[in-house]
Amino acid sequence: MAKLTIEDLKKLRDSAKKSTALREGETSVKVTVHMGTCGIAAGAREVMDALLQEVTEAKRSDIRVITSGCMGMCSSEPNVTVEISGNEPVIYQHMDRNRMRQVFKRHVLLGEVQTDFALARVK
Amino acid sequence: MTTFRTDLLLCGGTGCRASGSIQIKEALMRELARQKLDTEIRIIETGCNGFCAQGPIMIVQPDNIFYQKLKVEDIPNLVEEHFLKGRPVKKLFYKEPASAATIPSMDDIPFYSKQKLIVLRNRGAVDPENIDEYIARDGYIGLGKALLEMTPEQIIAEVKTSGLRGRGGAGFPTGLKWEFASRSKGDVKYALCNADEGDPGAFMDRSVLEADPHAVLEGMIIAGKAIGAHQGYIYCRAEYPLAIKRLGIAIRQARNYGLLGKDILGSGHDFDIEVYKGAGAFVCGEETALMQSLEGRRGMPRSRPPFPAQQGLWKKPTVLNNVETYANIAQIIQNGGAWYASIGTETSKGTKVFALTGAVSNIGLVEVPMGISLREIIFDIGGGIPKKRKFKAVQLGGPSGGCVPEQYLDTPVDYESIMKVGAIMGSGGMIVMNDQTCMVDMARFFMDFIQDESCGKCTPCREGTRRMLQILEKITQGLGEPADLDLLEELSHMIKNSALCGLGQTGPNPVLSTLRYFRHEYEAHIYEKRCPAKRCVKLLKFEVDPEKCIKCGICFKGCPAKAIEWKKKEPALILKDKCIKCMTCITNCPADAIS
Ligand SMILES: Cc1cc2nc3c(=O)[nH]c(=O)nc-3n(C[C@H](O)[C@H](O)[C@H](O)COP(=O)(O)O)c2cc1C
Repeated sequence: MAKLTIEDLKKLRDSAKKSTALREGETSVKVTVHMGTCGIAAGAREVMDALLQEVTEAKRSDIRVITSGCMGMCSSEPNVTVEISGNEPVIYQHMDRNRMRQVFKRHVLLGEVQTDFALARVK
Repeated sequence: MTTFRTDLLLCGGTGCRASGSIQIKEALMRELARQKLDTEIRIIETGCNGFCAQGPIMIVQPDNIFYQKLKVEDIPNLVEEHFLKGRPVKKLFYKEPASAATIPSMDDIPFYSKQKLIVLRNRGAVDPENIDEYIARDGYIGLGKALLEMTPEQIIAEVKTSGLRGRGGAGFPTGLKWEFASRSKGDVKYALCNADEGDPGAFMDRSVLEADPHAVLEGMIIAGKAIGAHQGYIYCRAEYPLAIKRLGIAIRQARNYGLLGKDILGSGHDFDIEVYKGAGAFVCGEETALMQSLEGRRGMPRSRPPFPAQQGLWKKPTVLNNVETYANIAQIIQNGGAWYASIGTETSKGTKVFALTGAVSNIGLVEVPMGISLREIIFDIGGGIPKKRKFKAVQLGGPSGGCVPEQYLDTPVDYESIMKVGAIMGSGGMIVMNDQTCMVDMARFFMDFIQDESCGKCTPCREGTRRMLQILEKITQGLGEPADLDLLEELSHMIKNSALCGLGQTGPNPVLSTLRYFRHEYEAHIYEKRCPAKRCVKLLKFEVDPEKCIKCGICFKGCPAKAIEWKKKEPALILKDKCIKCMTCITNCPADAIS
């Protein structure tokens, strides 16, 4: 490893911050994959997998991916909730890998709610 | 790069390791792999998180959930419920002892919420074996500023402005110490770090080294620039293997990045650090003895002057600072001395780390702003005295310090205020004692330690502490005589005034402070042959008072020698020929009926 200059140090800091950002509480988007037994049976793990790939590609450290329990809407699983800070959360239903990718690219990154899969806006 | 959705910050400090965190880590790895979550969830082993009594501890981010007292059996359920299905497991949350309420988030737990973190700012938040995580939290940015934008005079001025005083015990102003060394002539100088930490019951420095070794390295490199030194040594006791291991990793990683070595950050400044393992003698924490030991000789103090700032290691100008002192430096440089000086009291600035231990609910490591009262530390952060016992006193500064009784609990934590009530700030040992502690026996314990650790070079300490110990032993065995108290006081003052180094000069302090506040306990031992706290075995009869006995049978159930007879609704009886005088019954009796 070559010797660092102060610029290298600052660059290193900024990239290292992305890896530890999870712990710092600066969040602008929260994506929740509902992982009840029903959700998992309906394919929630693949949805999660696709989501994490998208987050990696997007190189954004302010997006949190979390899991939560069943929402009581088992028939519409897998469900995913997207919450952009300052906006009302949107619940998506019957998600799969492709739908997840679309929701991520258009809603999470560009702010366009994908009304085709949206179940509801939570008031 | 893979993206993880969750970080599991598992405490890998010595305390949590002792309560099983390594096994927890293995179980987590197994379970995460089994549930195929190991690509989504990452385990980070951190340094000491502070709340050692609740270990093993794990914080889950970004959920900000605090789990405690984890057991291997809990892990499969925890992984499935929380990490797969997103349902935090309540059973493993912290329970507030007073209200029995469960508290899921670390920030809401009283133990943490009253603390102020400067030295421990990275505790439990970074992997101490990965320099990038330290850098992610602005590590080495202060160093960059000191090396590239500041002159040695400016660094010293900033440290002076901060008001930082040495955290190793004596509280000498750090900026001033650096100024003396910087003015000493010589092209070879040294910056040393004192990680001997000999005070029994203290573990501040160990925890800082284990949790955030780079903070200490960064402080030392800055000190090197300030005084004109190019070599540093960390004197760390060999009993701290984990701290030594992590220091070694940190030094290697810093060298790799050119943060140690030649021309650091292109500034032209050279500095390197080595770790020296000490054999764990208390006297080797004393500055001149430490330097002798570093030179490869037997660690014994010498008289001063010359002071180390003029003639220290290898007779070269030397600065010696404590681990915690160094861990403050980068923050002071980065945020300015005025920022640091805005925290604390008139004469004591910033924060202090304490190792809170003894008869207190929340045993652990705490960092508090100067000026907070002892009562707040012990009762709000520490959660008070467990088992409905009563507070008696708190020992500050270990064997060199004194005790503070109930009536002075509102004393603020500040060098001068603590001195006024007969104790010292010390290096941070804080031992809480309840009504079951015999103060004479406590003084005897510390004198035993001092006598044992006395290096023998000067007569007052070598002979005087031995005489004092003999008298204290006599008193605890019921053989004390009325003249003993005067003799103890006379010897104390003689040793304090004539011993060569701080070990002897402060060694009588526990005796003097217990005589000041608990003279009546000494008198009860001498005149009535009675130990009021019921701790001195020779003064106990091991008899149950049938009037006081509440017939609960707790003594009967706890006796390891089966020496107690008891039936429901009848008072207990101790069979003297079977009794092994282990004190279990006396300690456990809820009615205080055995004496
Ligand atoms: C017997 C004795 C033991 C000491 N042990 C320690 C110790 O373990 N750690 C420490 O930092 N200072 C210890 N000191 C204080 C050091 O001599 C010295 O004052 C201190 O390391 C200076 O650093 P500071 O100004 O940053 O506190 C001890 C002093 C005496 C007299």
